[in-house]
Amino acid sequence: MSITYVDAIREAQEKLLKEDPRVFLYGQDIAQFGGAFKATKGLAEEFPGRVLDSPISEDAMIGMAIGAAVDGMRPIIEMQFADFSSVAFNQIVNQAGTHFYRTGVPVPITVRLPSGGTPGSGPFHSQSMEAIYSHYPGIVVVTPATVSDAYHMLIQSVELDDPVVYCEHKFLYRWLKSNSINGDGLPLGCARITRPGKHATIVAYSAMVHEAVRAADRLKEESGWDIEVVDLRTVKPLDMDTVLASVARTGRLLAVGEAFPWGGVTAEVVSRVVSEGFHLLDAPPKRLNSRDTPVPFHPNLWAAHRPTPETICLAMRELLSF
Amino acid sequence: MLKARQLEMKLSSLYKAGKIVGGVYVGKGQEAVSASLGGALIKGRDVYSPLIRDQAGRTAFGEDIMDCTRTYLGSQLGPMRGRDGNIHRGRPKEGLLAMISHLGAQLPMVTGTLLSRRLKGSLEGTVGATCVGDGATSTGAFHEGLNAAAVEKLPLVVVVANNQFAYSTPNDRQFACKDLLDRAKGYGVDGHSVDGTDFLDCLRGIGAAVSQAREGRGPQMVVAKLLRLSGHGEHDDGSYVPDTLRAGHVGRDCMKIAPEQLVDEGYATAEEIEAWREEITDEVQRALAKAQQEPVPDPWHEKWDAFSNNLSTTSEA
Repeated sequence: MSITYVDAIREAQEKLLKEDPRVFLYGQDIAQFGGAFKATKGLAEEFPGRVLDSPISEDAMIGMAIGAAVDGMRPIIEMQFADFSSVAFNQIVNQAGTHFYRTGVPVPITVRLPSGGTPGSGPFHSQSMEAIYSHYPGIVVVTPATVSDAYHMLIQSVELDDPVVYCEHKFLYRWLKSNSINGDGLPLGCARITRPGKHATIVAYSAMVHEAVRAADRLKEESGWDIEVVDLRTVKPLDMDTVLASVARTGRLLAVGEAFPWGGVTAEVVSRVVSEGFHLLDAPPKRLNSRDTPVPFHPNLWAAHRPTPETICLAMRELLSF
Repeated sequence: MLKARQLEMKLSSLYKAGKIVGGVYVGKGQEAVSASLGGALIKGRDVYSPLIRDQAGRTAFGEDIMDCTRTYLGSQLGPMRGRDGNIHRGRPKEGLLAMISHLGAQLPMVTGTLLSRRLKGSLEGTVGATCVGDGATSTGAFHEGLNAAAVEKLPLVVVVANNQFAYSTPNDRQFACKDLLDRAKGYGVDGHSVDGTDFLDCLRGIGAAVSQAREGRGPQMVVAKLLRLSGHGEHDDGSYVPDTLRAGHVGRDCMKIAPEQLVDEGYATAEEIEAWREEITDEVQRALAKAQQEPVPDPWHEKWDAFSNNLSTTSEA
């Protein structure tokens, strides 16, 4: 009996609905239909009146969640695709993100963003939005990469008093399986060393953690390199203690992300390591991101648009040979 | 209404004297509409999200005028503690939401508080209300919020104060329908029209809308016709407003009409109204003087906390 990443998201929501009367779900096609990815399958029947279909109104979905949260509820909003959250951008960054600083009243909403590319999904069903929301103050942004993290981090997100953008990767939904959900008790805001190593550090998050581990395995097998992989888990705030400690051990850094290359999480990681840990570096740190075009439709183009184990290995060999 | 007009005229003077930074936004000409809405709501039960010309509504709802003077003057003792200013203030835990500048954005938020009440089983007899101008009706948030409230049949009251101008943009560059009231039908909500210059008509029309929402008849949209008797803010002289409009029916000042109506209908005598004015003058002056003497925020002691929980393992996020 195995559980997939999307099952874990469903199970977490079921547990939250069962145990916390303040929790409700609001989103497009999530009630009877169970959601575009079935992350809410059966929950409307199990919890009548607490899993609600919304109109195609992303701004209103988030605005309503904020109102409900200020009134004491713990809404979970499902964006059908992360890409569509751009329509709700104003409510997320200007209403939810500013509310605690301005009024002293926190806004405990959780916004689920089905994120990242899958073959054939094209420019508007593939985006990674974590950097945009991390840029604004007041919003926690999480990017679980494992089945257990998908489960525990969703529960922790809903328990947190502040707004959380929960970026779940669509590529991991059914591909990523685990025999059970177990936790190492890591709280939000803490990174994890997924694969210990000593020659170089790859900092990654979300689906790129798995690509990084594949690349690291290949580098070990082909050339004997021991590459450490750090899974950020939470991209806002960044756990710089774990990142810097890893760079202190290895002296070399590659930051890998699936999002567009201008700015973003990888740029932030590199910039902080350079300014806070310049003396730890034996080589100029590198970044690897998607290409600077919209995410292409055709699987051949898509596979060459995002970082892959091949391109990660290439970047690592350059880094290791410096 | 009297208090709001006096307070705002004082705020305007302080702004022009350089004592208030940022801006001053007044509800001159909109007091009858605003007070009718704020006064029809019940603090402690209802939710109210006023906009920039709602000092009268805020006062009628029960906001302490010290919240106004402290926020305008940046007092640390005000609800926004110098972190936000002027009309961007509220006490969300008391049902008074703090607006953001993005127009229409409060509609979904008020709707969400009502959805919350329904889920908690405490919706009965509750109303959520907000006021927008003619300009906000052109935003996506207005449409999405009103439509979602209509789908859920929640007791949302939206008062559209059509004051003829969104900053400098006149109605004919803002919308193409004959009357904004026509939109109510499209949303499947009840529509009400009031003469915003006529206090008794505002009390009647807006009061009816609030009562109908309270009775469970779903969202209510009120369109009030009036003229903004000031600039957009006190930095703006409103010179683009044609004299014909100022001289016409919408250009009437509700604050001149209201006292006449109260006397004619026997609600108050001219002497009583004059006594109110004197009492209010004193209260307004004291509220402004007090706020001016209070401590202002100090960047060295500011907590700079955008989060209520500190997840960060380092000093900065």
